[in-house]
Amino acid sequence: MNAPLPPPGAPLEHYVSTAPFDPQSVEVMTEEQMRVYQASQMRLMWWKFKRHRLALASGIFLATLYVMIVFCEFLAPYNLHTRNVDFIHAPPQPIHMFHEGQFVGPFVYGRQMNLNMDTLKREYTDDRTDVQPLRFFCRGDGYEFWGLFEGDLHIVCPAEGGQMFLLGTDRLGRDVLSRIIYGARISLTIGLIGITFSFVLGIVIGGLAGYHGGVLDLVVQRIIEVLQSIPSIPLWMALAAIMPVTWSPILIYFGITVILGLFDWTGLARAVRSKLLSLREEDYVLAAQLMGAKSSRIIGRHLIPGFMSHLIATATISIPGMILGETALSFLGLGLRPPITSWGILLTEARSVSVIAFYPWLLYPMIPVILVILAFNFLGDGLRDAADPYR
Amino acid sequence: MLRYIIWRIAVMIPTLLLISALIFIIIELPPGDYFESYAAELRAMGEGVDMDKLEALRAEYDFDKPPVVRYFHWLAGMLQGDFGYSFEYQLPVSDVVGDRLWLTVLVSFVTIVFTWVIAFPIGMYSATHQYSWGDYGLTFLGLIGIAIPNFMLALILMYFANIWFGTSIGHLMDQQYLGEPMSWAKAKSILEHIWIPVIIIGTAGTAGMIRRLRANLLDELQKQYVMTARAKGLHPFKTLVKYPMRMALNFFMSDIGSILPAIISGAEITAIVLSLETTGPMLIKALQSQDMYLAGSFLMFLAFLTVIGVLISDLALALLDPRIRLQGGSTK
Repeated sequence: MNAPLPPPGAPLEHYVSTAPFDPQSVEVMTEEQMRVYQASQMRLMWWKFKRHRLALASGIFLATLYVMIVFCEFLAPYNLHTRNVDFIHAPPQPIHMFHEGQFVGPFVYGRQMNLNMDTLKREYTDDRTDVQPLRFFCRGDGYEFWGLFEGDLHIVCPAEGGQMFLLGTDRLGRDVLSRIIYGARISLTIGLIGITFSFVLGIVIGGLAGYHGGVLDLVVQRIIEVLQSIPSIPLWMALAAIMPVTWSPILIYFGITVILGLFDWTGLARAVRSKLLSLREEDYVLAAQLMGAKSSRIIGRHLIPGFMSHLIATATISIPGMILGETALSFLGLGLRPPITSWGILLTEARSVSVIAFYPWLLYPMIPVILVILAFNFLGDGLRDAADPYR
Repeated sequence: MLRYIIWRIAVMIPTLLLISALIFIIIELPPGDYFESYAAELRAMGEGVDMDKLEALRAEYDFDKPPVVRYFHWLAGMLQGDFGYSFEYQLPVSDVVGDRLWLTVLVSFVTIVFTWVIAFPIGMYSATHQYSWGDYGLTFLGLIGIAIPNFMLALILMYFANIWFGTSIGHLMDQQYLGEPMSWAKAKSILEHIWIPVIIIGTAGTAGMIRRLRANLLDELQKQYVMTARAKGLHPFKTLVKYPMRMALNFFMSDIGSILPAIISGAEITAIVLSLETTGPMLIKALQSQDMYLAGSFLMFLAFLTVIGVLISDLALALLDPRIRLQGGSTK
């Protein structure tokens, strides 16, 4: 570019670059950055969620459980109500692989029961000669799948004429493992239905209070304060106790979910309200109002979707409380009633110290409860972090 | 300050009124009343029912009047210390209850103190040693504490107490002191028994408080005034205790409001499992036999306890933090 300057007065030569123009040349983005830049909000949330390993694992664990409860008739080795009168309060049978140094595949040893005449306690001993190999995808106890089709296919069942009580039996000789699997169906769905109920209540009440403000807001705030200052479990107990004895177990089940949901919406409503209070001042709300949208449409279509992810995270965190509430109520004998079986109902068997001392395996239903509560807590934490991907 | 206290107490009154109305609706909800079920029970046992006597009883307890009248009657009675009549025990509620209310207060109070004493140092340690093994371990323990429901913890402790000591835990005092007036021996017996329920009830609240305290303190530790203090050469311990701790103390006070309902809930369930001499076992019995005035008084008492607890925590917070005193408005 050492061209001589033009003579005075003549125009300077016009320089035109022939290189192709790239508007982003100042800040060149790598492939990776581009991907993040163009990703949708859902995708960003997913990436952020994925980084929370524990939450991801919990999510997978819970998803597996919820798939399992669809097929629990098939997964449980015994029917929910099968009574093995010869094996009352039998301790768990461990699964062995080798018999006298030889590989036989999974099997259990047969059991012999002696009634100890001094203590009147049933004592079970392994019969080391009686090898009972487990069967897989086999015909076992009959059941009605979802109460609709007859079936008897199980993923695993005991040998013909044999027994397999991997987690022992209860006072009626019912298999504890099978009952835990069936109980999952009730215990896990009660949380979901309850949270749906409180979700709807929370959004509607919180939405109205936050959007309209004024007297309505004041009243709603007072109600929330009152509900939050009553200890929840005594209140649940009172409401559960007034359900008539004549109700069918299914009706009781729905009654309990309604009770759990009825007093849980306050947290959600508070979140919705405070969020709406700030969002309703936004320009797009004004635009919608000027175009004549009704408040239900503005709340439902324009405002709520903006922080739906927050709400879902909040809801996830309150599911464990409901599961625990149901377990506690059933344990106290105020919740569900047999023949409906939940984990709380199973734990009622272990109410006295003597039972726990003699038959500690009746405490096994505690393990799934603890795992599920932990998983929901981790999942909720992960979702809460992921709900705001731009931070 | 005085204005704030008056305002705060004035707000409490409508809250308590609403709670009482709610509880009254709940105890009125079941169809029929105690007399009907009593008559049905007598009939089932093959005994004749004296309808006149039943009607007289009904009239005596205002059961022939509309619910609204009964509600105000109940409310007025409670204000004068008359909590109604327990049909099951055939005694005034206040006589049936006896020590139980005070023992409930005692257990809840000791639990809160326990929660503080445990949560404060652990939360501080966790926040100052973030991401260390100690922090992870304590966080994990805290999560377990949240995940195990109270009644299960009570069961497990009962199980291990049985294995290790061969004794049954439970009850709040040795049986010979039941129904006796308070004495030194009785107080000692209560002190010997109280720690088990306190540990059981306290775990969940403690775990939650540690988590929140840790998060709170971590936020505070990142603020610039901490860096200034450090840069000026203040000893790390003094920096921690003198400034961020005082901020965390505010939070500690206000957190009572959120853990108190949980503690009282947990105390009820634990009391039922361990058969403590508090309101829990009697409440559930009253609920099951539909002795609704007794149950209603218990519910009202528990709600009152919570409201008073929150009030005290709010007042203490106002004492500590001038911003709240001046603002005077919202409670949270």
